[in-house]
Amino acid sequence: MDLNSLTIDATRSAVQELKTTATALAEAFYSKIEKDDPQIGAYLTLSKDRALEQAARMDSLAAKGEELPPLGGVPVGIKDVMVTRGVRTTAGSKILGNYIPPYDCTAVARMETAGAVMLGKLNCDEFAMGSSNENSAWRPVHNPRDLSRVPGGSSGGSAAAVAADMAVATLGSDTGGSIRQPASFCGVVGLMPTYGRVSRYGLIAFASSLDRIGPLTRTVKDAATVLRTIAGRDPMDSTSAEVPVPDYVAELEKPVRGLKLGVAKEYFGEGLDSEVRKSVEAAIQKLAESGCEIVPISLPHTEYAIPTYYIVATAEASSNLARFDGVRYGYRARDAHTLPEMYRRSRDHGFGAEVKRRIMLGTYALSAGYYDAYYLKAQKVRTLLVRDFEEAFKKVDAIVTPTSPTAAFKLGEKDDAPLAMYLADIFTVTADLAGIPGISVPCGETKENLPIGLQILGKHFDEATILRVAHACEQAA
Amino acid sequence: MKVTGEDVAYVADLANLGLTEDERGLLLRDLNSILEYIDRLNQLDTTDVPPMAQVWDRYAVDQSKTGSASFAYASREDVHEGLRKSLPHDLALQNAPDSDGTFFKVPKVIER
Repeated sequence: MDLNSLTIDATRSAVQELKTTATALAEAFYSKIEKDDPQIGAYLTLSKDRALEQAARMDSLAAKGEELPPLGGVPVGIKDVMVTRGVRTTAGSKILGNYIPPYDCTAVARMETAGAVMLGKLNCDEFAMGSSNENSAWRPVHNPRDLSRVPGGSSGGSAAAVAADMAVATLGSDTGGSIRQPASFCGVVGLMPTYGRVSRYGLIAFASSLDRIGPLTRTVKDAATVLRTIAGRDPMDSTSAEVPVPDYVAELEKPVRGLKLGVAKEYFGEGLDSEVRKSVEAAIQKLAESGCEIVPISLPHTEYAIPTYYIVATAEASSNLARFDGVRYGYRARDAHTLPEMYRRSRDHGFGAEVKRRIMLGTYALSAGYYDAYYLKAQKVRTLLVRDFEEAFKKVDAIVTPTSPTAAFKLGEKDDAPLAMYLADIFTVTADLAGIPGISVPCGETKENLPIGLQILGKHFDEATILRVAHACEQAA
Repeated sequence: MKVTGEDVAYVADLANLGLTEDERGLLLRDLNSILEYIDRLNQLDTTDVPPMAQVWDRYAVDQSKTGSASFAYASREDVHEGLRKSLPHDLALQNAPDSDGTFFKVPKVIER
């Protein structure tokens, strides 16, 4: 079976109708990974036993003529920030280099209950902190479209695996753009659901008020299928919402005619690459031709999103990452004689440079004398950013923007400039702060054949609308 | 410069990081450059703007109630047992860098 352009439905049907087996498919994907992944670096750990066991289960259902669950036999990859029982989970960090979780992340468990075959764990920036995947403690990921370029981050492995046909679908996580920006760089679909839509239980915490799990897929329909699988209340996460889960796949077929799409001038200003602008404007024009009404809007506080994000996210990270102390799990420095020395050395050796930078920034922002000036200030500006969206959504059903100001950049290009790297997320972080959903869908390519993404932002719990617009954009392309 | 070398040392101590001299130098440079950028938040007057710690502050918290009652959206019936079993001892200790089979072991805390 040709692994190129396999969708969830095509894969499941092939297994259901006995045209192939889930076992043969999993093995074909492992061969592909063995051949191609040394150049790309998407996978950190393969979970062959677990995959083949699940595949056999699906094959036996299909052989008996029983109906397969919605992801029956579909090979998937999981970002290494989601814990998997018995399968090494590192969060891209040396401090968790040998960590074997004793339980499963809810989203992963739901994927497997729906029949998915987990091939392995995917590379990412350390603790999901980065926009290029160069902060992985293990190795950088290369963009399958151009190996000299980054795949984006922090879910770089999740995007690259789909783009390189090394998984049909993957799960990533988004704290400041980490699903949508790599999806845009690699030419795949990436969906960040509303905060609370998908349980965070078993997601290794970076910034708890922002972190979200979502799918990266080849098609918008596949993203809808995965969301339907993983969404919904989970008693293990008190921030997961008790909001009914619609049939996102059925909703895709509704026409987009009459939808009001906002275009914010703040997303088309200085710093936007001219090829990206052209491609995104063309995609918006096509949506207009499909009957959407394009409405000019303003999100006046947009320029304050990055500084707000880098206070809120680092403050929460400094607190969340305090648990890595070498006592109960993870790396422990062996040369320490006192407890404080052991904490310090374990963290010194275990964490990479970007993680330390963010812990330091976050600790500083929370420290006595600076709390009001930085953390409290950022929390207040966060309210202003949310109000921008509330005002906008009084006038429009969704907002369309570029996902990233540029296409994929070169590895090493932003090595010595943390701030320049942070600005790669300028169009994505605001939705994280506001808790609203967003999706990136491929909308064109640069002259160098690098993918460009269109971002669609929606109201809280209105993934159905942004999926529908993304679907229309995909069909028009 | 806002952040001094002393600040870096103080914050590293709070964060349980040792850091090499080289790392401290780089952090001094990076923190100053990032905080300079972050200072643009002061262009905004936020005197009467309520802070927002998380999304549900705005959408789920019942502002008409006080204390835990305002967080009713996140509460559930009290369960004494059966919600989730504790991890068995061996599983809880399986990732321990050092243990005696019953407890996690760490370097000596109290001198005697």
